[in-house]
Amino acid sequence: MIAQSFQYESPGTLAEAIALLNQYGDEAKVLSGGHSLIPMMKLRFATPGYLIDINKIPGLSDIREEGGYIRIGALVRESQLEHSDLLAKKFPIFRDVTKLIADPQVRNMGTLGGNLAHGDAANDHPAVMLALGAKVVITGADGAREVPIDEFFFGFYATAVQQGEILTEIRLPVPPHGTGSAYHKLERKVGDYATSGVAVQLTIGQDGKVTAVGIGLTNVNPVPLRASRSEEALIGKPLTEESIALAATYASEDCSPSSDLRGSEEYKRHVTGVLVKRMILKAAERATL
Amino acid sequence: MTKTINVTVNGTMHTLDVEPRLLLVHMIREVLNLTGTHIGCDTSSCGACTILMDGKSIKSCTVLAVQADGKSVATIEGLAPEGGPLHPLQEGFKENHGLHCGFCTPGMIMRCVEMLQHNNNPTEEEIRWGISGNLCRCTGYNNIVKAVIWAGAKMRGEETPSTEPEFV
Repeated sequence: MIAQSFQYESPGTLAEAIALLNQYGDEAKVLSGGHSLIPMMKLRFATPGYLIDINKIPGLSDIREEGGYIRIGALVRESQLEHSDLLAKKFPIFRDVTKLIADPQVRNMGTLGGNLAHGDAANDHPAVMLALGAKVVITGADGAREVPIDEFFFGFYATAVQQGEILTEIRLPVPPHGTGSAYHKLERKVGDYATSGVAVQLTIGQDGKVTAVGIGLTNVNPVPLRASRSEEALIGKPLTEESIALAATYASEDCSPSSDLRGSEEYKRHVTGVLVKRMILKAAERATL
Repeated sequence: MTKTINVTVNGTMHTLDVEPRLLLVHMIREVLNLTGTHIGCDTSSCGACTILMDGKSIKSCTVLAVQADGKSVATIEGLAPEGGPLHPLQEGFKENHGLHCGFCTPGMIMRCVEMLQHNNNPTEEEIRWGISGNLCRCTGYNNIVKAVIWAGAKMRGEETPSTEPEFV
């Protein structure tokens, strides 16, 4: 399959890339890892007239800790996330999630920035970013702005990244001691999109009470969903069988999955509840390590 | 409008004028006539088109040739010198019946080249996760796993395991 013809640009600076995006308007698409965009172009679901390849822009490929945040550049590959010791120490959830995304070759190309900017609720990172309370840095002609993850996803393939802008960095607040995180998705086969996926990060205080919690759901809602009622069921209390069961029930009630080849709506709601329970327990176990 | 790219393939530098929409796998097969790299699903699912770009295994059906500008590409043809000894993975696949029809083999081997570079003594589980992006419809994978274990032993300079077939 061959994509429709397009003009290719590979600017060497961010300013140049943004200028090109402004020049070409909605005819332009940004090429990062390309593993969502190129398949869509080959199927001609996407037919951009201009492709702006950002891979030659320096400074977007690092993972570093600065000012209480882990900062992940937009061009950091899934395989970098998978093998980063810094991330593994602060956010064990990355070892869970990267292993479940596609396969090693795709992870050598695919980027976290692209995974988010694609705006697909079937992708795994949106739920993880909701659980971790990420902030997304978007850069345009007027400079950079920081968008909380809860204000990032607008709808199907629509995000806060506007015409003429590029997602340039993801910032994750470094959690306090007593924090654990976990992700799992049910998939029909290795590398598939989730039937349902659940990301949890929680912090347990000295007194055994939950002081902070984030729960994100994958592919069971038109947009990536924060399970707010589930979070409220846990916050300020010790983890008990009852509170965990309540959180699981709320998540299965509050999501809005559609019946498809991966399962019926009822089945997906059930699986979501089961995964919420398991990921709370796994995150709690890691919180006490 | 074509674009001029410089790409090194199996150690040889090529300067090529390519259409931006030309896929890397088509550049390899149809421009450079290196047909060892196969096209299976054409949707980044099967791994038959796996090659190395700057040492990392990637699916060349989902990368544009222009993205390889300034990079170094390795395909199955470059793995062993012409007429010289086979690469341990090639030998391992041969000795352990790691292939039947052979269609997936070049991609499978190029993927395993990177895997063994990171860790030349992987467990069976690590190998199975490592080749999770490569489909084989003949072998049932068992002999492929054996072939990779065999190649790892050979690369470590240790005694290679028995190549007697297992009947299960």
